[in-house]
Amino acid sequence: MSGILNSSIGRKFAMALSALFLMVFILQHFAINILSVFSPEAFNEASHFMGTFWAVQYLLQPVLILGVIFHFVMGFVLEIKNNNARKVSYAKNNGSANSTWMSRNMIWSGGFILVFIVIHMIDFWVHEMNVKYVAGDMTGLIDPTDPNSGFRYYEELVVKFEPIWRVALYCVGFVFLSLHLLHGFGSAFQSIGANNKYTKALKGVSKVYSIGIPAGFIFIALFHHFTGTH
Amino acid sequence: MNLTLKIWRQKGANDKGKMVDYQISDVSPDMSFLEMLDVLNTQLIEKGDEPVAFDHDCREGICGSCSLYINGEAHGPDRLVTTCQLHMRKFKDGDTIYIEPWRAKAFPVIKDLIVDRSSFDRIQHAGGFISVNTSGNTQDANSIPIEKANADAAFDAATCIGCGACVASCKNSSAMLFVSAKVSQFALLPQGQVEATDRVMNMVNQMDAEGFGNCTNTGACEVECPKGISLENIARMNREYLKASFKG
Repeated sequence: MSGILNSSIGRKFAMALSALFLMVFILQHFAINILSVFSPEAFNEASHFMGTFWAVQYLLQPVLILGVIFHFVMGFVLEIKNNNARKVSYAKNNGSANSTWMSRNMIWSGGFILVFIVIHMIDFWVHEMNVKYVAGDMTGLIDPTDPNSGFRYYEELVVKFEPIWRVALYCVGFVFLSLHLLHGFGSAFQSIGANNKYTKALKGVSKVYSIGIPAGFIFIALFHHFTGTH
Repeated sequence: MNLTLKIWRQKGANDKGKMVDYQISDVSPDMSFLEMLDVLNTQLIEKGDEPVAFDHDCREGICGSCSLYINGEAHGPDRLVTTCQLHMRKFKDGDTIYIEPWRAKAFPVIKDLIVDRSSFDRIQHAGGFISVNTSGNTQDANSIPIEKANADAAFDAATCIGCGACVASCKNSSAMLFVSAKVSQFALLPQGQVEATDRVMNMVNQMDAEGFGNCTNTGACEVECPKGISLENIARMNREYLKASFKG
């Protein structure tokens, strides 16, 4: 096992594992967010659980942050290494004749997703950390002194999606996520060596996931923008 | 057919090189691409100019020598053919055709359109063989039963002619389709099992040492491969490599 990350296949494998982990996270994130459309109470309960349960906060959250950082850093490292493997470019290169735009531009879709994640973290995660760990309010209540004030999560979500510029920004972010996943989903399985009789079926699942989940996130943003009561 | 050719000219490995325009007339649609270049070279020689250097040997799609990047694609716009099997009927009268050498750090240009592909040889030397004594005591081929599906897949992998179109087409200059074909043709057969661990480790290590890029699964190599080598071979090589890594 020594030095596996120094080999091209080892790096591919590590990149794929982090991608699969992040795809599971996105699915879980979507499952909780979609609750906000159907049941604000269920969304509040789920958000409070995720925001206060020790295993999520102190185990899964750091692993997720490390996974995101690893995926991006490794992505940029691989891009630099791959660019170095061809010192002179072709005068004419017809890439679209043999590969998809998504597969050739993962660094660009990934770069835009990184920008989106930073904005998203500032919007929600930094606020959460301030409330819980700086102000020390772990109640999750709108008014921490009033137990009957109800959870704050749904209210905060709706307020965030009031400005149309933020909704538009999030929609663009999810379009890039979709483009990234349209290649990345199948690519991750190929990298871990899973190219077999199930690959055709997996391509179908890949399309459903890669278009369905980002489209679902866009729907949630638009839903709260147009139905928000604030 | 009258054509404008934009050809990469480079006097030697240390020359900077540049694209040079040539006009060529009376090209028959039935000519192969290499025959068209032969005609151009004849014209250049008659004018006292240096002919264009390009690789070729068997001219029947088997040796893997011809290696031109034509109009932005390895071996040109046709599928499952080498450049010697590409015919001028694939082009139209008045077309401008770009002709360039394979581009990869691991395939340095020797002259004009000829590149040094000895990096592939060194990868093969690192493990693309089985250590069987064949001098006089060769077993009958049918004495070891092999499942038909595996025999077919091994044969398909073995049809790789090592032309380097996979590297040329890959945006990362990755050699994984070539190496995976060479790993797969033995990994699928019982004769290849004895050295399976060392083979994949040594060949992948040599591939990395030669400066090829990392595969990002764009699939361009599979599309441009004149022998239709499948991406399944890369997945198999990944599995073999991981298995070998855990064995240590």
